Amino acid sequence: MKICVLIKQVASEDSPLLLNEDKLTLKTDSINFVSNEPDTYALEEALQLKEKNDATVTVCTLGPESSRQVLKDALAKGADNGIFISDDGIDTSSPLSIAKTISAALSNDTYDLILSGLQSNDIGFSQVGLLVAEYLNTSHASLVMGTEIINDKSDIKVKLELENGWFQWSELSLPSSLTIQSGINSPRYATLKGIMSVKNKEVKEYTKNDLAISEDNGYSVVEKFTPLKSKETTTIQGSADEISNQLVDVLKNKLRIVS
Amino acid sequence: MKILCFIQTLDGKANNNSLESLFAAQEISKNNNAEVHAVVFNKDVATKLSSYKLNSVIYINNSELETYNPEYYLKSLELINNELNPDLLIFGHSYETRDWVPRLSARLDKAFVSDCVNVQFESDLHFIRPIYQAKLNEKIKLNNQGIVSFQAGSYSYENIIEGSCSIEEKSLDLQIDLTVRPGERFKESAEGVDLSNAEVIVSIGRGVGKIENVELVKSLAEKLNAQIGASRPVVDAGWLDHSYQIGSSGQTVSPKLYLAVGISGAIQHLVGMKGAKNIIAINKDPNAPIFEISDYAVLGDIFEILPKLIEEL
Ligand SMILES: Cc1cc2nc3c(=O)[nH]c(=O)nc-3n(C[C@H](O)[C@H](O)[C@H](O)COP(=O)(O)OP(=O)(O)OC[C@H]3O[C@@H](n4cnc5c(N)ncnc54)[C@H](O)[C@@H]3O)c2cc1C
Ligand SMILES: Nc1ncnc2c1ncn2[C@@H]1O[C@H](COP(=O)(O)O)[C@@H](O)[C@H]1O
Repeated sequence: MKICVLIKQVASEDSPLLLNEDKLTLKTDSINFVSNEPDTYALEEALQLKEKNDATVTVCTLGPESSRQVLKDALAKGADNGIFISDDGIDTSSPLSIAKTISAALSNDTYDLILSGLQSNDIGFSQVGLLVAEYLNTSHASLVMGTEIINDKSDIKVKLELENGWFQWSELSLPSSLTIQSGINSPRYATLKGIMSVKNKEVKEYTKNDLAISEDNGYSVVEKFTPLKSKETTTIQGSADEISNQLVDVLKNKLRIVS
Repeated sequence: MKILCFIQTLDGKANNNSLESLFAAQEISKNNNAEVHAVVFNKDVATKLSSYKLNSVIYINNSELETYNPEYYLKSLELINNELNPDLLIFGHSYETRDWVPRLSARLDKAFVSDCVNVQFESDLHFIRPIYQAKLNEKIKLNNQGIVSFQAGSYSYENIIEGSCSIEEKSLDLQIDLTVRPGERFKESAEGVDLSNAEVIVSIGRGVGKIENVELVKSLAEKLNAQIGASRPVVDAGWLDHSYQIGSSGQTVSPKLYLAVGISGAIQHLVGMKGAKNIIAINKDPNAPIFEISDYAVLGDIFEILPKLIEEL
């Protein structure tokens, strides 16, 4: 079996998000870049499927030079090889453009399974893995909370998370593209041996010129901005003592939670 | 301009998030006189929709569409789109929408602006969607025909404008080789805590850092006679059992006081707790989205504030 995991490099949760004058790009110097958290669950699921079903795991990212790091991290955890697609000249503001580019690179091989995160923590389209399913003509499922290869490796059984505490099992024909929900497994850490192995693993490289992709994807970002507050909020700040005193006053005298 | 709004149904009822998006369609139409059509796979809901101010209701009468299967849904909307040629397809951003509408976007080669919270009418129609977990917004313009979905709660369906319109009934040829075979829906055995009647909830977020620190928040909860809740990452990491999770994939609560400790305020969390009467959030990031819906925004470090607070209570 061949499994491909899509991993994106994003700003960590605690990175300051400062817009440049163009109101479109962020100041990157202060940002700490990490693997998109949901994708680490997708990688772990792929590695567990590999252990059970004798598979190879390829990890693929589209991004700037710095995003090679997400491939290294995944290879250190046990992925077999990588695909790096440089975003130079590619419109990464539009989901169609990202998915067309990734699909073009993946179409040079045939994968039985493509796993991606449910959503990227930066732009958060919650689309890319499903767009890839359409472009590569595979079955798909989203919000996956469990997987099991069945029927002599021709199908996969998945557990889906639905709204309001409901779940559902679904059977899909392979090849398939699944978007993985967080909490499906406990992502592993890289071992020292794994880290040492990275330099011997192959990473295929693609640039825009290698991939025939259309330019207009029908989507323009006009600007980015900080949302406005909608509720009257009392801000409590100061030293820990001051804050604590004010909070006790609120809890006792305003909300009457404690006496 | 022509708008087609998809109304999702379950057990013969319209999905509220779809109805909210129908109102969004009416709002857009108010500004640019767009035609608004609704498409639905359930007859009773079609009848209901015919009492709204719309240009038409399209009711697709196919047994394949009685329960959700992404492939039949996709094929149906592909066919209806090609017949009607709408400039804008509108959806509520439900889990089902997440599952099949991206694929529709690729199939029709129409950009999909997902999870919008607002529309602005400037020289062009602009769609606002949160990015970076709602810490920023982006304003999007569609260059040609496109697809838009609206986040739950962006509009109120109670504002839908009434009227009357005709129902056009159709049956489609949905012969396709299925690659997806969905089974029955089920619930996991309901064990664990029920927070629906809790008066005071102290809720633990990822900002608490590690499992050892959960005890610190628990001692605050004890002082306040409160129950404990949690955000999804806390539960995913195994710091607390799943039944403590609050949000779109957990419990919905409406206590007198909700005290959020180290929770950023992602929409999927907010939908589970924004009905609380009073919200206090402790967070060290002045731009944390949770502060936007808080009555008291406590700006500071959990590990400096909580020990003092516990001591004083
Ligand atoms: C389909 C779907 C369903 C989901 N369902 C749910 C759901 O039901 N419930 C849910 O909660 N989430 C759900 N999520 C996840 C959701 O999108 C967020 O990822 C999650 O709510 C974030 O949790 P958090 O606020 O605890 O963590 P983070 O977003 O990481 O926030 C941590 C916060 O702690 C603050 N902090 C850190 N250290 C300190 C300190 N020392 N002192 C003070 N503050 C500090 C930080 O400033 C930050 O604001 C869902 C997501 C999807 C896509
Ligand atoms: N540039 C990218 N490179 C690799 N994978 C990506 C990229 N963008 C999105 N993905 C994958 O698609 C998932 C959903 O992303 P999104 O549609 O942006 O919410 C992510 O969790 C990744 O698994």
